[in-house]
Amino acid sequence: MIVRISDDALARALGADELAQAFAQKGHEVQRTSSWGMTWLEPLVEIDGNGFGPASTVDVDAILDGSSDLGIGRIEDHPFIAKQQRLTFVRAGKTRPLNLEDYEATGGWAGLRRARQIGAPQIVEEVTASGLRGRGGAGFPAGIKWKTVLNTAGEQKYIVCNADEGDSGTFADRMVMEGDPFALIEGMAIAGEAVGATKGYIYVRSEYPDSIRKLNDAIALSASIVAPFDCEVRVGAGAYVCGEETSLLNSLEGKRGEVRAKPPLPAIQGLFGRPTVVNNVLTLAAVPHILAEGGSAQYGALGIERSKGTMPIQLAGNIKHGGLYETAFGITLRELIYDIGGGTESGRPVKAVQVGGPLGAYIHPDEFDIKFDYEAYTAADALIGHGGITVFDDTADMAAMARFAMEFCAVESCGKCTPCRIGSVRGVEVIDRIRAGGRPADSVELQPVMHNAPKTGRLPEQEIALLTDLCETMKFGSLCALGGFTPYPVMSALKNWPEDFMPGNEGSVRKVLDRNEA
Amino acid sequence: MSTKEQRITQILADHAGREGPMLPILHDVQHEFGCVDAESEKLIAQGLNLSRADVHGVVSFYHDFHETADPRPEIQICHAEACKARGVEGLIAEAEKVAGERVKLTTVYCLGLCSAGPTARVGDRLHARLDAKTLAQVIENAR
Repeated sequence: MIVRISDDALARALGADELAQAFAQKGHEVQRTSSWGMTWLEPLVEIDGNGFGPASTVDVDAILDGSSDLGIGRIEDHPFIAKQQRLTFVRAGKTRPLNLEDYEATGGWAGLRRARQIGAPQIVEEVTASGLRGRGGAGFPAGIKWKTVLNTAGEQKYIVCNADEGDSGTFADRMVMEGDPFALIEGMAIAGEAVGATKGYIYVRSEYPDSIRKLNDAIALSASIVAPFDCEVRVGAGAYVCGEETSLLNSLEGKRGEVRAKPPLPAIQGLFGRPTVVNNVLTLAAVPHILAEGGSAQYGALGIERSKGTMPIQLAGNIKHGGLYETAFGITLRELIYDIGGGTESGRPVKAVQVGGPLGAYIHPDEFDIKFDYEAYTAADALIGHGGITVFDDTADMAAMARFAMEFCAVESCGKCTPCRIGSVRGVEVIDRIRAGGRPADSVELQPVMHNAPKTGRLPEQEIALLTDLCETMKFGSLCALGGFTPYPVMSALKNWPEDFMPGNEGSVRKVLDRNEA
Repeated sequence: MSTKEQRITQILADHAGREGPMLPILHDVQHEFGCVDAESEKLIAQGLNLSRADVHGVVSFYHDFHETADPRPEIQICHAEACKARGVEGLIAEAEKVAGERVKLTTVYCLGLCSAGPTARVGDRLHARLDAKTLAQVIENAR
């Protein structure tokens, strides 16, 4: 019997290796595949298309003799899978990640072959027509970026893949790298064809040892197929800010990962000052499908408004049915969290949902009808980011989460610009004072010579006004999204859950916020 | 030539043909010696024709590089939002007690297993869906 078990890092972290070994010891052929993305069922065992999970070594005998109660029926018919529109994750669960035959048999390399026939301007044209936007968070149209690099003269150009997936609540990049690494390499090779680049770098964070290993193996296996394009993995060193593209380029060059001012754009002066395409894993992995026959039109027909195609959404945090859900843009949070995710795992009511990682806004259940769309989120002072959704139940303390956002920014700030480096530290202090109910007058203020200083200390309402001002400064004064977007989680928490900041006195928080808005 | 000097010269030679070889070199040195100390910084600076300040600036920027080696086994526990939502904070006090002085507990932001937290990493081995009991086992088994 053929037993299929994922070798994705998440399945392995839950004992998939031991489980695979147990089946092998019983004399069965075990195939290690990519993950289907239903993480609450991992490790998931697949026999003849039927799934059993979450399984451990004690369940092996029962699964084999048919008496196991872990069965979920045909995996492909499971509602979580059947309702998705998988384009980037079309192979998830179905192929062995490092098996070239599996890749080829499922349409692999078709996009690259066609790209080589139609030539650079036509590739750029098709990517532009598909409406594909950068999936890293900024949502910049990929075709326009590629066109800039194509039209910039340069002897050496680069394709840089941003695989520094540091946002909490996101894991789609990891799943691509571990489950379908050839798709990423093919996407990079197509980008190389499109702009005239022969060298590609994949910058992977050091927290992803499985991804690093698999990418290195996949690059070695596919080298002759993508040649003369040449790919290399570079490992990050634990700095969150290196997910910002200019900081990533500095890091690749061997420097401190400090953000660069733009312009010049990386497309014109990027890695080592040369024209460079910097795209996220998901952006590049979507490209092989778009370049296959008819792919561009099919991709562009999905989605709503200016958000075209599909988004691999990641359901994380306190959610019953977490995992990878790829679907066309336009789906609401309500559907994602309740219909698909099944609510919280703890069974308690949902209190807040953070969309877009540590820099994304906390969204209140009253706003769950918002549609997954770049512009709709921007209009609501929120962001889609990399498509991660982190669910919190009613035990979450949102003032503590706001403080954590500032603390995270302080720890991870590259230090180049003042609003981010110092603002975040002051932000932690101000939030602490709000939660402590303000502060008494300090020794300097009490000195007789300080005629104009208030002698009464500071009220929490005044601290809230200060926090609001600080967030405004960080938002508009920071060089990159780290300092610029940290105000999103902070202000959304303050606005939606004032009672967590000033228990019993949320009215005065609202008054301060209203005054500031006026 | 000391053994350290020899080894670092070798590492520098391994990465000689690369563009921007600094990070791969630092990873190798960190892996080999458990730290990138002042002596290593000096040797790397010489090898790459940079100032020691340049190399120190890079080493001190990244969380993965340390200036002194810590012989204790290290366990990284994720403290980011998704693991917080799944209750990691409630495990820390007990974990610190179990770890004592023998095991070094460090905080990281995200190991990428966000729908199956709380999560921890020991070397290249990941652990997910931890509770007080399983986390204690992970800590006790860390070598």
